[in-house]
This record gives sequence, structure tokens and C-alpha cells, in this order.
Amino acid sequence: MLSNITIGQYFPGDSFLHRMDPRAKIVATMIFIIAIFLAETTLAYTLVGLFTLFTVALSRLPMRLVWNSVKPLWIIIVFTMGVHVFTTPGTMIWQYGFLHISEEGLRMGSYMAARLVFLIIFSSLLTYTTSPIRLTDGIEHLLNPFRLFGVPAHELAMMMTIALRFIPTLLEETDRIMKAQASRGADFTTGSLVKRAKNMVPLLVPLFISAFRRADELAVAMEARCYRGGENRTRMKELTITSYDYIGIAGVLVITVVLLVLRFVPIG
Amino acid sequence: MPIILNNVSYVYGEHTPFRKEALKGINLTINEGDFVGIIGHTGSGKSTLVQHLNGLLHPTTGQVTIDGVDAALKTEEAKLMRHKVGMVFQYPEHQLFEETIAQDIAFGPKNLGLSADEVDARVREAMDFVGLDYETYANRSPFQLSGGQMRRVAIAGVVALNPSYLILDEPSAGLDPFGREEIFQKIIDLHAKKGITVVLVSHNMEDISRMANRLIVIDNGKIQLDGKPIDIFMNKRQELQSAGVDVPPVSKLVEYLRDRGLPVSQQVISVDDAVKAIEVALKEVNHAK
Repeated sequence: MLSNITIGQYFPGDSFLHRMDPRAKIVATMIFIIAIFLAETTLAYTLVGLFTLFTVALSRLPMRLVWNSVKPLWIIIVFTMGVHVFTTPGTMIWQYGFLHISEEGLRMGSYMAARLVFLIIFSSLLTYTTSPIRLTDGIEHLLNPFRLFGVPAHELAMMMTIALRFIPTLLEETDRIMKAQASRGADFTTGSLVKRAKNMVPLLVPLFISAFRRADELAVAMEARCYRGGENRTRMKELTITSYDYIGIAGVLVITVVLLVLRFVPIG
Repeated sequence: MPIILNNVSYVYGEHTPFRKEALKGINLTINEGDFVGIIGHTGSGKSTLVQHLNGLLHPTTGQVTIDGVDAALKTEEAKLMRHKVGMVFQYPEHQLFEETIAQDIAFGPKNLGLSADEVDARVREAMDFVGLDYETYANRSPFQLSGGQMRRVAIAGVVALNPSYLILDEPSAGLDPFGREEIFQKIIDLHAKKGITVVLVSHNMEDISRMANRLIVIDNGKIQLDGKPIDIFMNKRQELQSAGVDVPPVSKLVEYLRDRGLPVSQQVISVDDAVKAIEVALKEVNHAK
């Protein structure tokens, strides 16, 4: 019933992206996301698009999966596009009452939509090619310098690890409770919105109870193993930077520089 | 009318690297009045199989019919048929949600669209059946009960649907021996007194062997053995072990004694049977002397 949800769903593989260090991938993703906002011209957007496609190809993920990450957000994409299309002043090509479409608006709208799509695809590649454990490891390492300012890096990472760890468990639990209540005649899919919300009670109550029970059990289990936060902990699998990471970061830097040039250096 | 599975296959996670073929071409008929035990080790496909019996999962290929109606259809008739098959999941107490026990048990009958009086009658009957006194427990919160009592409330919630078939997935998991015995006695009663067809899924060969009149062994998504428990224990020991399950301890004991020269009858399935058979065998030996 719930198998089509892909939040933080790692897709195992052995591609270039899979082999990159999570830290390098996070940094590269952040740089690229900023770089996307440098794009202003059709040429720049084409380059960004090509680079995104090239990265998708590098990840060797099925296209369907990549598409799935964009699909749930189509409302936001259409809305963003609409706002730009209808509100940008310029050469009018269509007008009705207070609604108007300008040439500039159409262009801005398409740019914004493209920007969002590239952004979503690129950042979903990060979670598709990095296992949750490695991802949080990477985040912890990157946050470490901020400990000086009182950021509890390890605790944050541990909370994320636990949250990610329990997503599949809770999904499984949800599936089971839905099935159990469905065999007692519960109906989660038909009726008005209010009725459907009411019908969720037999699902949500048991789910909350079991989530709290699990949290409690986990806390006891961690305490029983003398867990006490980040001080002096070592790891079994240390992260290592390899040539993949240098190449990956370099690739992102190159596209960023090209975009910078396109934006700030007058050509011709 | 029976539940018939016709060449049923089921695949989890199609088009992903996690693709797993859980059922492979299952053909199975569950006749009315049967007490069927399904056994297999973890991941053998037994839970997937039973979820097909009331249309919670629809076969990837093949067909499931309940009393001649395709369980995968969305018609009212198919819906009614699915309601005739009650399903008790593993740890059913985790599905309780209402403020009072009576309300929780009433959830199923209410969904069937019964009148308030009928619902009340069903609740009383179901509570009586699982041995919870209506006056004492009806207005208590289900979350104040012990694990065994909670499970009985959950089972009552399914029994209140008046199913013709009842499927139970590991109903005794996590209970103490007392609780197990209680639950099993209720299930035996349901079968014997109400004539409900029972399908019991378990790891535990001993439980299945003393209750079921038909044993199905599943391994790797296929039905490996299907027959009377006693026949399987006597003649198919090799196949059982290759499916990752073992004969019940009683059968092992009998085998051991026979190997040592005591002619105990092999036709035993419960501890009581075994005691009698050993007694008889000992008398015979003494007689011969």
C-alpha cells in the first residue's frame, strides 16, 4: 500500500556517485544548489540541465526513480510557475481583468520551474546514492567545526540517524495496522475529506502508541549499553576522501565557474 | 464453499533491486470446516500467503476466489466475501485504539453497517467467547490490560465480525504458557463449536500438530508438503527438515524410544497420546517377559 514513498530511500549501487564520500557529496550538492541560482539566461539553464542529466546518468539510477522524486512536488512547481507567469510585468501577450501574461512572465515562470526541477533532482540524487548512515556520518563531520559555537553535532546526527532508521519501520507498522483495520472493515480511501480524516483515527492512535513504545524501548536499550553522546567515540568505518571526491567536487566547481562567467562577464 | 488459490504468485518491490518473489505458483484449496496449520521458517512466504486469503494482497499473477468470487474485485459482493474472512495479525493488540474495550470490539461490526442492538449483541457474544466478563471490562480502557488480555480483546474484535473463515498469524507469539493455552483453547472452541474454518500460521510445530487436521509446509514461496500432520511426521521427515522445520518433540521422543527397541505406536500427536502409547508399549514389553 505504501511502497511508493521514497523519502530518504537509498537505492544501492556501485556508481561513481555511490562511491563518493558523503561529505564531498553534501558539499558538492550545496555548491550546485547555489550555482543553480546564478543561472539567468537560456544558455545557462541549458548547461545546468545538461549537468544535472549527466549526473543522473553517472548515478546509474533508473529514470523512473528520479522522476518519482519530482512527481509529488508538481503542485509547488506549477504554483511557482503560475505566480511568475501571471505577475511579471512586461510585453503583454494576453490580458483579462487583473490577470495578464507577459512574455517576460512566461520566460521567468519556465526558468523558475526548471530551477526547482533541477534542484529537486540533484538533491534527491544525494539521498538515493547515500545510505542514511553514511549521510548522517557526513553531516556530523561537516557540523563538527561548529561545535565551538555550541552546536551539538553528534547529538543532531544521532537524532537524524534514529529518525531515518525508523522511517521504514513505521511505514511497515502503518501498513500492518492499515491491513489489520481494513480486515475489520475500515475504509481509508473513500468518503469526504472530513470522513476520511475521521477514518484515520483507528490508524493514528495505534501508530502513535507504538512509536512511543519503540522510542521508550530504544532509549532503555541505549542506556543499557552506556550510551552517553559524542565524547571520544570512535567509528568502525572511517570516512575517507578518494579521487572520486576530488573529481566530483572539481566537476561541480567547473560548472559553477562557467555559470559565474556567464552571469558577470559581459560577452561580445 | 472454499477459498481457492489458483496459480498465485506474488512479487514484492517489482522494478527495484529489492525485488523478491514471495510466492511462486501456489495452488491451494481451503475447504470449509478445515483446521489448517501453515508452517514455514521466517521469510518462507507464509504471512504473504495468508494475506491473499482475504484480499489484503492481490496476486501479481493468478487468482484467489472466496466462495467463487474473485477476491481482487472491487464490487460489493467481493467486499462482503472479504468480510467473511477474519484476519488476526501478529501482535493484534497493537491495533487497539478505542477508549473502551466494548467500543474497540464494536469497530468491526459497526463497519459492517449493523444496527446498534446487533452491534451490542455481537460485542457481548465476542467478549463472552474470549472469556472477558462484559460487566467488568466493557467500559475499561484496553490499554490498562495485560498483554494476554489485550490480545483477547483484539481477537474478540475479529470474532465479532462473525467470520466464516478465521486466519491467525502467530496468535501465541510473546505470550506466557498460560496465555498461549488460553488463546489456543479459544481457537479450538471457535472451530469446534462455531464451525469456523481456521487457518493457523505458526513457527511452532507442536501447537499446529495437536490442533490442525491439515498441515501445509511452505518453503521458499512454494508449498512443499500438504497433508495430515501425522502422515507428514511419520513419512516426510526428510522433506520437513529440508524446509527448515522440525517434527514436534513428541514425535522425536517416540522415534527415540522405537530406536531403542520399545515398540511405541507412531500414531501420536499430542503429549497425552504419547503417554498412553508409551504405557501400552511398556505393558506389552512386560507381558512378553
